[in-house]
Amino acid sequence: MLIINCPYCGARPELEFAYGGQAHIDRPVQPADLNDEDWTGYLYLRENTKGIHAERWRHLHGCARFFNALRDTRTDHFLATYKVGEKAPEVTRP
Amino acid sequence: MQRFSALSLLRHGLGRHQGWKPQWRNAQPKPGYDAIIVGGGGHGLGAAYYLAKVHGITNVAVLEKGWIGGGNTGRNTTIIRSNYLFDESAALYDHALQLWEGLSQELNYNVMFSQRGVMMLAHNIHDIQVFKRHVHANRINGVDNEWLTPEQAQEFCPSLNIDPNVRYPVLGAALQRRGGTARHDAVAWGYARAADALGVDIIENCEVTGIRRDANGAVLGVETTRGFIGSRKVGVSAAGHTSVVMGMADVRLPLESYPLQALVSEPVKPIFPCVVMSNTIHAYMSQSDKGELVIGAGTDIYTSYTQRGGLHIATHTLEAICELFPQFRRMRMLRNWGGIVDVTPDRSPIIAKTPVKGLYVNCGWGTGGFKATPGAAHLFAHTIAKDEPHPINAPYTIERFRDGFMIDEAAAAAVAH
Ligand SMILES: Cc1cc2nc3c(=O)[nH]c(=O)nc-3n(C[C@H](O)[C@H](O)[C@H](O)COP(=O)(O)OP(=O)(O)OC[C@H]3O[C@@H](n4cnc5c(N)ncnc54)[C@H](O)[C@@H]3O)c2cc1C
Ligand SMILES: [Zn+2]
Repeated sequence: MLIINCPYCGARPELEFAYGGQAHIDRPVQPADLNDEDWTGYLYLRENTKGIHAERWRHLHGCARFFNALRDTRTDHFLATYKVGEKAPEVTRP
Repeated sequence: MQRFSALSLLRHGLGRHQGWKPQWRNAQPKPGYDAIIVGGGGHGLGAAYYLAKVHGITNVAVLEKGWIGGGNTGRNTTIIRSNYLFDESAALYDHALQLWEGLSQELNYNVMFSQRGVMMLAHNIHDIQVFKRHVHANRINGVDNEWLTPEQAQEFCPSLNIDPNVRYPVLGAALQRRGGTARHDAVAWGYARAADALGVDIIENCEVTGIRRDANGAVLGVETTRGFIGSRKVGVSAAGHTSVVMGMADVRLPLESYPLQALVSEPVKPIFPCVVMSNTIHAYMSQSDKGELVIGAGTDIYTSYTQRGGLHIATHTLEAICELFPQFRRMRMLRNWGGIVDVTPDRSPIIAKTPVKGLYVNCGWGTGGFKATPGAAHLFAHTIAKDEPHPINAPYTIERFRDGFMIDEAAAAAVAH
């Protein structure tokens, strides 16, 4: 089980969290202007990175707030967690 | 190829079994091929076999970064069935099931395909409605599937607990009698041996690290850890690593890779005659010929390439097994492991051409592609050889997500194995 550092509550077991997929995907500002390719990208295409992945988590059974994390998908090692609205911190590979 | 038969067994027995040869050559990469398959799982090896056998394209290489069958092919719980809801799915999975039925003969290799029946348990009203809908849809499509009462389910699988006073009581079941299991390694080895005999080079320890293209973007070959290998046709069948390989040609796919786990118990005498699946409480189980109970757990909630999963996921499954089959409560688990499965938004695969000329992809089989191995391989070979899909895999494009023609087994099956 992963230990995840909620930016609001501190380190807690994975069971308290829900996963929210890739982070920093902005909802289209003018949905009517999007063509089919853009919609496909927004709805379905994900980086699926093997390496450092910026992703959303929600501390569902704790403070219930969303936050973002940088995790290395080759090891599941968390490099950083940060609040929604903040930029991903600079990290060096472990 | 040394053929297997009772006579050859006898003959080699007389020679104290010293005369058996390796079943495929340890091939070294040639500078170029007519077609290259990336990924030596069952799907990739099978595609190479059908390219040679059905389409006469024998100058083919299968490039595998590790050892053949070391990916999900060798890690799965081997459940085979074809009772999927939609017409496109029934056609695809039953095509595979029909090929399974003749596969040991076709390959002259015992893949231990055992049609012992796959029974899916219903635990609530929603399950009953969904499974009955499946039964009717399957029968219209000529796919066998029948509805059982709890008593009939217990008759089919005597260890099943149908006590109504449990957390998730068994309210009925859907049974596909033609479903069952096969020996996963044998599938990889059987295809490898048969493909090799037709001239296919199977090259292990050869990781594809790049895809080389000409000025117009068409495929020229692949960069590998063993040097450049040329080919105008490259078929990618890399399961959990598809996004990584296709990214080398800048093709983005609607895939996410998740760890999926399985575990086996200590071996015991034959006690469990069929395959039982419970989607609602997420457990599925069968007994291998060695005697181990083979148990499948769920995926982790996050994407990962670690080939291991959280212990709480396996624990959850074991709790369900203990409730459904109380007699297994004191059994010890021997081993557990994980594989990385590539999941699409609609939980249906992609077997298709790509925007890059000469590049083909077979992926998105997620948690349930072992059952499709012969079918997927056969259709992928057709797509590569003809540069156009077979009618059965024509709906399984990348563009279906853009065009809204999804084959939404995600909603239909909830869990797919
Ligand atoms: C625990 C578990 C249980 C499952 N249970 C079932 C089940 O009961 N029934 C069912 O139908 N399905 C099941 N599945 C799913 C099934 O295993 C897969 O869908 C299927 O085996 C995929 O076959 P494949 O040949 O495409 O993939 P794989 O066997 O994974 O082959 C892909 C190969 O590509 C290679 N590769 C990757 N990248 C590269 C590269 N860059 N260069 C060279 N080679 C590369 C890998 O090493 C690998 O060997 C299960 C999966 C898991 C993990
Ligand atoms: Zn919190």
